[in-house]
Amino acid sequence: MDTVRRQSLSVLVDNESGVLSQVSRMFSRKGYNIESLAVGTTDNPAVSRITIEVMANDQQTNLLCNQLRKLLPVHSVKLLDLEKSIRRELILLKVHTASNDACNRAIQIANIFRASIIDVSTTTLTIAVIGDAQKTEAIIDLVKEFGVLELVRTGMVALERGADTIYEATKEKGEFDYGKNVL
Amino acid sequence: MQMTGAKILLECLLEQGVDTVFGYPGGTILNVYDEIYNYGDKIKHYLTAHEQGAAHAADGYARSTGKVGVCFATSGPGCTNLTTGIATAYMDSSPVVFITCNVNENLLGKDAFQEVDITGITMPITKCNYMVRDVKKLADIVREAFAIARSGRPGPVLIDIVKNVTAEKTDFVSLPREEHASHGRLGALIRRASHDLKAPEPDLGDVEKLVEMIKNSKKPLLVCGGGVVRSRAHKEFLELAERIDSPVAITVMGGGGFRGRSPLTTGIIGMHGSQASNMACDACDLLIAVGCRFSDRVALEPQSFAKQAQIVQIDIDRAEINKNVEVDHHIIGDAKRVLQLINERVEPQTHEAWKDYVFSFKTETEYDTCSHENTLTPKQISDTVASICPEDTVVATDVGQHQMWVIQHFHYDYPGQLLTSGGFGTMGFGLGAAIGAKVGNPDKTVIHITGDGCFRMNCHELCTEQFYNLPVITIVYNNGTLGMVRQWQTLTYNGHYSQTTLDRGPDFVKLAEAYGLGGKRVHTVPELEAALKEALSCGHGYVIDCAVEIDEMVRPMVPVGGKITQFLVD
Repeated sequence: MDTVRRQSLSVLVDNESGVLSQVSRMFSRKGYNIESLAVGTTDNPAVSRITIEVMANDQQTNLLCNQLRKLLPVHSVKLLDLEKSIRRELILLKVHTASNDACNRAIQIANIFRASIIDVSTTTLTIAVIGDAQKTEAIIDLVKEFGVLELVRTGMVALERGADTIYEATKEKGEFDYGKNVL
Repeated sequence: MQMTGAKILLECLLEQGVDTVFGYPGGTILNVYDEIYNYGDKIKHYLTAHEQGAAHAADGYARSTGKVGVCFATSGPGCTNLTTGIATAYMDSSPVVFITCNVNENLLGKDAFQEVDITGITMPITKCNYMVRDVKKLADIVREAFAIARSGRPGPVLIDIVKNVTAEKTDFVSLPREEHASHGRLGALIRRASHDLKAPEPDLGDVEKLVEMIKNSKKPLLVCGGGVVRSRAHKEFLELAERIDSPVAITVMGGGGFRGRSPLTTGIIGMHGSQASNMACDACDLLIAVGCRFSDRVALEPQSFAKQAQIVQIDIDRAEINKNVEVDHHIIGDAKRVLQLINERVEPQTHEAWKDYVFSFKTETEYDTCSHENTLTPKQISDTVASICPEDTVVATDVGQHQMWVIQHFHYDYPGQLLTSGGFGTMGFGLGAAIGAKVGNPDKTVIHITGDGCFRMNCHELCTEQFYNLPVITIVYNNGTLGMVRQWQTLTYNGHYSQTTLDRGPDFVKLAEAYGLGGKRVHTVPELEAALKEALSCGHGYVIDCAVEIDEMVRPMVPVGGKITQFLVD
């Protein structure tokens, strides 16, 4: 309960300007650093889904969720159970490949991780890898020996396993079974 | 009918029943002010000396009447001057709609003259804010803004309109207020699953559980917070307190939520809480807090707060539950409705032994009067004011020692009687708030209690008082120092009075006269009585400058982060 751990929040919001700033500001205002952030529209173009990861204990996270729910552009907030969720992130890595040998070994590593080589030049390889934190960290570690010139990541996106969705009414008490959030 | 944005804005105010606004004009808001000129017979505009004064006046108007306050300002410095007022309203959950204008659409983002990103600035101090860049959306946004300001946990909302929108024309059809919730943006918001305008109906299981807890409690304590005032739930609260025969501690924001003269009241709770309140909090076995967020001035040390008690929190805002103090049980809902449901179910009780224990401690601190020959004690001032002014006098305070004294010693009987910046602690709040309260309650006596430090901050609003003939009585607790800071310096900074001594002008009596108001400096109770009587009968604003000892302290006091019973001074 009191241990600070990685928490993943899925937030449905209006797809309007200023909304991301409102949401992210809530975290800085309450003193949290956003560890990972991914935003994009859903199947409904008027609604975006934000996946946010922060380091916090359970109680702090519940308070954060409640604060988020008060924001008008926020439709719903789901605190994801990390054990029961699939989390994925896309990483692009530009690796320095000084020799043929380095190039070959980098390609081998990429193959082992089922990553794809998406760009190549005489001295570099760009690798795209999709995976959870464990997989992406592992490949970054391995290609370090060649020299990582650049790295970019999308931020974690996550969905619950199984049939549960964010739209469902299986809400904790104190969330929606009291009725709606009063404006 | 085709109308300009400015005219639509004023028509929308009429839809909301607004007849009073406060504000200050400027370049970008000229079109709106041109319509204010045309609507002069329907909407009365009060021009203040400074935008901050207008913000506090709209806030004071809202707090004292329960209606939504409205305040106008221009772009740039006009709206940044509002920000202290907006934050004050936000921290104390006061419903005010702030309307500002910004530069023309084509100049946005060009650092134009008097341009500022006010929606960005006010994001953390408003319930929500809007920037209107399309005249077709204006009416819809104004309707939503008013609904949001007043619903649920009330609070300030800001609408920023670019100047060209106020001049552009579109079709406008007036819509009665009851229908707003089923139309436009607001309708869409409510049709969505997550939000509603109405407070949720309290969960009956939760209510039953609390009733059971009350039944099993031998030593209950009720805490009356600001939510009781906002919900105007004072009657229901009194009924519960009397029915379960429980002592009642009142927070600073709760003043007026529970009858101050009731034999059940233990006085205020927290840092400057009475001995009775704080001791009761420490010893009770059930603490029921209504509309109270356990701020650091109430629950100074959250871990030890009411440690023997089961704590129950009743609040409309679920984000307040467990925020500052971990509670054992909570009920979400409007205070009035929750209290009604409890009252319908709870059995009458008596707690004689417990009350004997609680009231064996003092509910009010006595002050030594004999050492003062030419000065007044805080208690003498409040007692004299209470004995001469009508019982329903509205009191607006600034922040500091005088605020605590007047909350400790003056008794408040109804919501809106005490107007004080409890959350944000804004020095200079009082005069503007008093002006707003007098505008909203022309038949009531309104007094503004202040200190010499606070008064100096915004005393220019005396001209507003004079111009509109609003007879507010200002009572200055003049101790020649920033008393509350000095008190801390005395107690915890070895008496290093760093930059707190105010041995300087102006002469407040002459200042009042310069503004065309009456004034008197008083040193004794008979002088104060005479001045008060004159102030009450003169028909215009009046400043009474009371001489108070520089080392007078607010008693009792619990240090920051301390245990609630560890009094630094008794």
